[in-house]
Amino acid sequence: MSEHTTNHHSAEEHPKGKKREMSRRQFLNYTLGGTGGFLIGIPLVWNLRFAIDPLLQPSASSNYVKTVEESTITSTPTSVKFTISQVDGWYYSEPKMEAWVARGADGQIYALSPTCKHLGCTVNWAPEGHSNEFFCPCHGARYTVDGKELAVASAPLDEYDVQVKDGYVYIGPLKANSRV
Amino acid sequence: MMNKLYNWIDERLDITPLWRDVADHEVPEHVNPAHHFSAFVYCFGGLTFFLVMIQVLSGVFLTMYYVPDIINAYTSVDYLQYKVQFGDIVRGMHHWGASLVIVMMFLHTLRVFFTGAYKAPREMNWVVGVLIFAVILGLGFTGYLLPWDNKALFATKVGIEIASSVPFIGDLIKEFLQGGDIVGAQTLTRFFALHVFILPAALLGLLAVHFIMIRRQGISGPL
Repeated sequence: MSEHTTNHHSAEEHPKGKKREMSRRQFLNYTLGGTGGFLIGIPLVWNLRFAIDPLLQPSASSNYVKTVEESTITSTPTSVKFTISQVDGWYYSEPKMEAWVARGADGQIYALSPTCKHLGCTVNWAPEGHSNEFFCPCHGARYTVDGKELAVASAPLDEYDVQVKDGYVYIGPLKANSRV
Repeated sequence: MMNKLYNWIDERLDITPLWRDVADHEVPEHVNPAHHFSAFVYCFGGLTFFLVMIQVLSGVFLTMYYVPDIINAYTSVDYLQYKVQFGDIVRGMHHWGASLVIVMMFLHTLRVFFTGAYKAPREMNWVVGVLIFAVILGLGFTGYLLPWDNKALFATKVGIEIASSVPFIGDLIKEFLQGGDIVGAQTLTRFFALHVFILPAALLGLLAVHFIMIRRQGISGPL
């Protein structure tokens, strides 16, 4: 190839300022590189889209689940277990969930998620040595009765949407804490 | 017999330079424990590689029984450990080896740091080593979920929470790792793919670069 260049495309034949022609080497680099990139890149498009599919799926909506009678709820949070229908890809299940349900000072019933906002362990209301607060056994995060973070965690406990109908408490989707 | 076979192949393919290039090289005195016993610290890198190879080997055989499915994963691990001959040994190798790889890799990192071997012209090899460190931690994290017991589930929940605390893209990382809204069926298959195909492929590629560079540049001089 170098011979070719020196014989036919020497500097005298193509003085500066004239249109630069693509060398044979450049042409081959571009075409082979382009073809290679195409052969690898195009199949990758489908595979990458396949891998990130969960990010682009709409998140599941949850219904309200009938739980305990409204009259049993006091200002002390009580653990309420309830069952939801859950779809995890191809797997349909009815896992048991837990909420700490209490009646606030304003008389409104609210339900807090037991999932610690530090790293996702499960909090308990007033275990031994921790009166009047939610406590997480993993790293000692603490929250007030309204779920406001006192230590370790950087955010308040999430809250379940709650409806009261016909004397029963219905627990709905999770939302950010609206009480603190 | 073996000699004749070797010569027969060598005549045709000239394989001697191939293995000589890999195996036949000088080991300087200051890294040879036979000369100075304290030079055993230079063995940590090689030991890490040896342990990685054990992980690959035992991992390959574990997949003969393991099923990455939330209904069968736990029982398949239980079966391969307690019902299959030497199951406790093969799974034990993979289980304890996983921790040892990380310990050994950490010792290797300390050795490189305190002997100053990361300095010019070996900066790129330090960078590749840090990438290997990350990939190995990733292998440990993804492998931890696969037995699908309570410890695995909650450790993974916590791990994913840590990953989701990354600024701005934390939630995307979380959803990408989880493959859904919860740590569930899709998380397990995803972690299996990462643990068995994607991360090992990345690891082997990085190790090749690591070794080519150390061979090109040689071992750093004595202190």
